[in-house]
Amino acid sequence: MLMYMLRRLLQMLPVFFGATLLVYFLVFATPGDPIAALSGGKPMSPNVEAALRAQYNLDQPFWIQYGLYLKNLLTLDLGVSFSGQPVADELARAFPVTARLAVLALVFETVFGVLFGLIAGLRRGRFFDSSVLVLSLVVIAVPTFVLGFIFQYVFGVELGWARPTVGSGAPWGDLIMPGVVLGLVSFAYVLRLTRTSVAENMNADFVRTATAKGLSRSRVVRVHILRNSLIPVVTFLGADLGMLMGGAIVTEGVFNIPGVGSLLFDAILKGETPTVVAVVSVLVLVFVLANLLVDLLYALLDPRIRYA
Amino acid sequence: MPDTQHTTVPGASEAPSTPRTGKISKRRIEHFVAPLEETPLQAVDSVREDSEPLGFWAESWRNLRRQPLFIVSSVLIVLVILVAAFPQWFTSVDPRSCPLEFARMGPQPGHPLGFTYQGCDIFARVIYGAQSSVVVGLFTTIGVVLIGGVMGALAGYYGGWLDAVLARLGDIFFALPLILGAIVIMQLPAFRESRSVWTVVMTLVIFGWPQVARITRGAVIEARNADYVTAARSLGLSKFGALVRHVLPNSLAPVIVVASISLGTYIVAEATLSFLGIGLPASVVSWGNDISSAQISVRNDPHILFWPALALSITVLSFIMLGDALRDALDPKSRKA
Amino acid sequence: MHMKRLLQGVSVTAALALGLTACGGGDGDTAAAADGSYVVTAHNTEPQNGLIPTNTNEVGGGRVVDLLYTGLYSYAEDGSLQPELAESVESEDNITWTVKIKPGTTFSNGEEVTAQSFVDAWNYGADSDNAQKSQYFFETIKGYEESDANGADTLSGLTVVDDHTFTVELQGPESDFPMRLGYSAYMPLPTVAFEDMQAFGEAPVTNGPYTLAENGWQHNVQIELVPNEDYEGPREPANGGITFKIYDSFESAYADLQSGNLDVLGEMPPNALQNYQDDFPERNTSRAYAGNATMVIPGYLEEFQGEAGQLRRKAISMAIDRQQIIDQIFFGTKEVATEFTAPVIEGYNPDIPGSEVLEHNPEEAKKLWEQANEISPWPEGKVLKYTSNIDGAGNKEYITAIVNQLRSNLGIEAELDAVTTFKEMRDKVGQDALEGLSRAGWQGDYPSLYNFLGPLYATGASSNDGRYSNPEFDAKLLEGLEAGSVEEGAAIFNEAQEILFQDLPVVPLWYQAAQAAWSENVDDVVLGWDGKPLYHQITGK
Repeated sequence: MLMYMLRRLLQMLPVFFGATLLVYFLVFATPGDPIAALSGGKPMSPNVEAALRAQYNLDQPFWIQYGLYLKNLLTLDLGVSFSGQPVADELARAFPVTARLAVLALVFETVFGVLFGLIAGLRRGRFFDSSVLVLSLVVIAVPTFVLGFIFQYVFGVELGWARPTVGSGAPWGDLIMPGVVLGLVSFAYVLRLTRTSVAENMNADFVRTATAKGLSRSRVVRVHILRNSLIPVVTFLGADLGMLMGGAIVTEGVFNIPGVGSLLFDAILKGETPTVVAVVSVLVLVFVLANLLVDLLYALLDPRIRYA
Repeated sequence: MPDTQHTTVPGASEAPSTPRTGKISKRRIEHFVAPLEETPLQAVDSVREDSEPLGFWAESWRNLRRQPLFIVSSVLIVLVILVAAFPQWFTSVDPRSCPLEFARMGPQPGHPLGFTYQGCDIFARVIYGAQSSVVVGLFTTIGVVLIGGVMGALAGYYGGWLDAVLARLGDIFFALPLILGAIVIMQLPAFRESRSVWTVVMTLVIFGWPQVARITRGAVIEARNADYVTAARSLGLSKFGALVRHVLPNSLAPVIVVASISLGTYIVAEATLSFLGIGLPASVVSWGNDISSAQISVRNDPHILFWPALALSITVLSFIMLGDALRDALDPKSRKA
Repeated sequence: MHMKRLLQGVSVTAALALGLTACGGGDGDTAAAADGSYVVTAHNTEPQNGLIPTNTNEVGGGRVVDLLYTGLYSYAEDGSLQPELAESVESEDNITWTVKIKPGTTFSNGEEVTAQSFVDAWNYGADSDNAQKSQYFFETIKGYEESDANGADTLSGLTVVDDHTFTVELQGPESDFPMRLGYSAYMPLPTVAFEDMQAFGEAPVTNGPYTLAENGWQHNVQIELVPNEDYEGPREPANGGITFKIYDSFESAYADLQSGNLDVLGEMPPNALQNYQDDFPERNTSRAYAGNATMVIPGYLEEFQGEAGQLRRKAISMAIDRQQIIDQIFFGTKEVATEFTAPVIEGYNPDIPGSEVLEHNPEEAKKLWEQANEISPWPEGKVLKYTSNIDGAGNKEYITAIVNQLRSNLGIEAELDAVTTFKEMRDKVGQDALEGLSRAGWQGDYPSLYNFLGPLYATGASSNDGRYSNPEFDAKLLEGLEAGSVEEGAAIFNEAQEILFQDLPVVPLWYQAAQAAWSENVDDVVLGWDGKPLYHQITGK
């Protein structure tokens, strides 16, 4: 098991460099001239443009640019953004905020998704099952920006239960509502995954055996049905953590959260390579680690799964 | 009960060092045989022995077509596909004729659902929007399930270096922002001038497969150790044969669930891309386009958002129901003769 | 002082593109209002650069820089010049200007503001080695070529006479040169700035009505300004400070305004245009400002050249029902354009001959379009594209509406060609790669007709997106610049506009107006000539 973890951690290295190269190339390949955009459409002398281009190594061919980036990376210098901010500082500001947001979303979708999914799966076809189906449909069909706007307007502005936007320092309390909005779509996935697995496992041999053994229903549900239903849910959640970290663009915009999603989005649109590469590289690490955790959880959930 | 149940290994669930028998002895056992209503004996007892045994897929099909869920969802899907294929059968109004003087008005004679922010007929746009939305949703889902399914199944089943390579590749693609990829893909010379639903489908498949791959991989890892796989292998079935015959069918449930929900999210994702100018051209009518354009009207004219969102919901609903029915039909454990 | 283009990008790019340059202003007599201790919270976007005047070319930084620094002049509410540090700015030939500054004013570190503080700052800004984004503001000063092409450290046209006097020699006559001097690029800098400009931009030492609070700039969160005790001038703060809260979207700022977490929002999100007057009764205002929206028809497109091209340009202009779009899409918050500049500019004339081409007349439009087709047919199946980068600020909505009108009024296929990023849009423009119409708009950095004409339509001008060129027009512009007075100049510039109405290099659409709303905690919110709130005048209640 230790060897397995070590091997997985070592795999992070090629993944990390592969990702930086790929992302660097993608940003390089996006159309448009970032320097022309810096002028805001106003006149800018070609000499100033050239000076700016040199400042960000944009006058170099791709491999030199990437090489220079890697060289700096080895000294832990992530470069500077177009606003002159060190990218490392930007990351240090944005990641903790987004991490809190992602954790809240993850907790919300896990707790409610699994709970509702379990009940729906145990009582298939009943009223509760149908209600949560409708709920998931709403969540899927209504885009996040609309749901976010509605939450913000109803709970923030009209009822005043929560701040409509996140205050300075992005405290946990302010992030609850955005966390729920962010987790809604994944909640639908978790719910339906749990429901299906539960429904499937209710007919499984080991459940029948457990029932026959005389175990109480709640124990059968908790120990035998739920636990054996969690593998697809855990798989989904592992991948979702990364998505929540990097893909919260809309939610962060609606609730004015200075997080990774908006940082990444803006950097992509501006063609700010160092920021994009740094954010995506961190996200890749999050994905790799989350997936390692998921694989370890498999072994805990199902003793038949072994890693050499 | 301690909630450590989630995180400990069975057989060691209560106290790892204590033999299981000792633990059970502490318990007051109410009855040794479960009450009849908790024991689905009938299901086991009522096997008809006089009928010919059917193959797995044939039996699944027989199960499927008997389900009311399947019938309802099929009818709905056929209807949606009809609308998508022949929108002119359902409305004679031009969805792109948008007189601004009708902007945001409610229902009028001949215009049952009212008008959009730009004064287009909502009913006509919902009808005509089906085509690109259904194509994007359906074909992206198919592409993602094929690519993600194969990658995930191979990675999970064979493990080792194949798993390492495929799973880490998935990690990289997972972390790549869809928007960045879409901007790059959409301006490739091959697509710049000929953007269509297919370029959108391709983009979404490229960035969507890792999710299905991970789900499939997890399910396959779970299923590959099952007794029936070991049994089949010991009966001489090849390793690959066991994957196709036994592991895959038993891993499909979560894939179907994810696919049926994702179908809807892909339709919405198309809207996001189009909204950013990297999806469909503005002249193409789609639910996604209309839903994202309705953003501005949510507060004052929610009906503009409601109808395309309802159309999307119904489509997703029919595929979720189909997925449920499929899963039931494919699952040997839930079969009742 | 310049103008900048209203080509907004998505999200943050909007701030980049919308490089409105804030110019303060005020009537100078509000200092005593209330007890003056209320700290006002106001909406802003994250500045794209350090708070350095010559490197600030967008609205997020502009709002802050304008309050932090004081130059020779600032702009009053109506756009007129009000002296700040200038005692006099005079010239006999409109080429060499002598600038005298008030003695005894200081930066917040105690350093005196001298002629040298101005000259050093301008030299720094003009030197292309420093890559300052507002560098081109110095292009009319003698020696600019040296600073630009060879990175010379000083402008030969600037000479320090004594501590409080310096002279500026221009490349040619410019009668309204002082009008420029309220713009932020012309602010003075203390010597400490040149030691480490990057660090200075994060925590500048300034001489304006406000200074940056200690650790006042929390990136992407807020910027805290406190009143500068030592400031004396027309923009005396009437409040206890301004805290700019940073927002990525106007929608979220609006929600904060509704729930009392924000005091002042100077621009309404598109989805609130319909509601803001009801949401904030008695606490809102709207004001036309020096900005307009236009549609570029590039001169390099074959279909829009020659006689047929002229007819098509007119047809497109007449096919657009501007008033209907303003009513239905903007809920009446704009004003139909009647010429190429803006109504708040001195010399504005709504009745320039030829302006009837801006009136909605679908029958005539259709007729003109068909006439054009008789001369040279519109290519079979050609789609008329309307290129724009898109964001939430209502561009997509109005362009869709125009495209719909063109389709139904001209009987052609037309569509919005949405471009994702601002950089891509600028690339298309820069490489003459526009395939049809494109979105444009101008915001005057200083109130002058020339500013709305020269940089846009003069041959080879840097922001002449459509590559328009007409020697007759160029000559008129030059004539106007050399006129003895602003009035004389205005008459000539309006003659130049007659030529534009013949050629229609762009189709004017409407004039901009700014809407602001505020919370119950504040009062005296007034919008300036550039559509920005006059922050220093805002009082607590």
